[in-house]
Amino acid sequence: MTDPQLDQPWHVAGREFTSRLLVGTGKYRDLEETAAAVAASGAEIVTFAVRRTNLGQDADAPNLLDAVSPERYTLLPNTAGCYTASDAVRTCKLARELLDGHNLVKLEVLGDDRTLYPNVVETLKAADELVRDGFDVMVYTSDDPIVARELENRGCKAVMPLGSLIGSGHGLLNPASLRLILENATVPVLVDAGIGTASDAALAMEMGCAGVLMNSAIAHARHPVVMAGAMRKAIEAGREAFLAERMPRRAYAQASSPTQGLINE
Amino acid sequence: MQIQLNGERHDLAGQPTITDLIDTLGLAGRRIAVEVNEQIVPRSQHAATRLAEGDRVEVVHAIGGG
Repeated sequence: MTDPQLDQPWHVAGREFTSRLLVGTGKYRDLEETAAAVAASGAEIVTFAVRRTNLGQDADAPNLLDAVSPERYTLLPNTAGCYTASDAVRTCKLARELLDGHNLVKLEVLGDDRTLYPNVVETLKAADELVRDGFDVMVYTSDDPIVARELENRGCKAVMPLGSLIGSGHGLLNPASLRLILENATVPVLVDAGIGTASDAALAMEMGCAGVLMNSAIAHARHPVVMAGAMRKAIEAGREAFLAERMPRRAYAQASSPTQGLINE
Repeated sequence: MQIQLNGERHDLAGQPTITDLIDTLGLAGRRIAVEVNEQIVPRSQHAATRLAEGDRVEVVHAIGGG
């Protein structure tokens, strides 16, 4: 357990959270597995996508919001799949209507379908519009510290640089850039995208991130519910290591045992 | 009359409201959001909003995503 003397809940847009692991709901086998993995992750913030309703299909088919209920979780609608600012803004407005006025959103505007790299020009435009319209915006972005600062200046409530490409599982490819973002930011910084396994998540937390958002790393593990638990522990371990402040790195060995009183003296 | 519903042509009898359309589609009581001609129509206005020829209607819901 994290020492309550050291750790505090974190806040985004006036909302308070204890869990620093945020999870997506895509790519699971079924809604039952989704619900089990989300529960095992301990996440309080859960992201989902908005899509056209399939018409003419079974109207009694289970709905994501039955498996992951808005009463239990803080739902974070995302604009995944949007390639323009205007599509992203429309999607956020639909999501706000879907969730009865809930205004916390994850903005992502993509650049191309091979890399799913953020289009920062469109992202900045969408951020302006959404902030003006009263949304609390958590924004997926590149690991460019200047772009992160611009997004914060525009009123985004959290900045979420990629660790590596969405769904790639490459972990944190540019820790130096992430460190620059962390040094500058006055809003929470969360790594969003690229996490592959528990150590990637722990590393992000050890560096001082407020949290980590992931989907594929859990959903595409052979055993998603087990991985969800591993990620929960990794996030907690990384956070505690950050708070504990690690030992300095040394060029040479330093003995852990006393050098006096050896039997051959 | 004809509207565009989720990107497809859709025929409607008379001049239904959005509530009528949702009922016809079997979506009453579901968690959905409706947009007409790129403007949100809040749930509270579904019963009072009549559709017109050529309207572009989007009906969306929450789905798994990251």
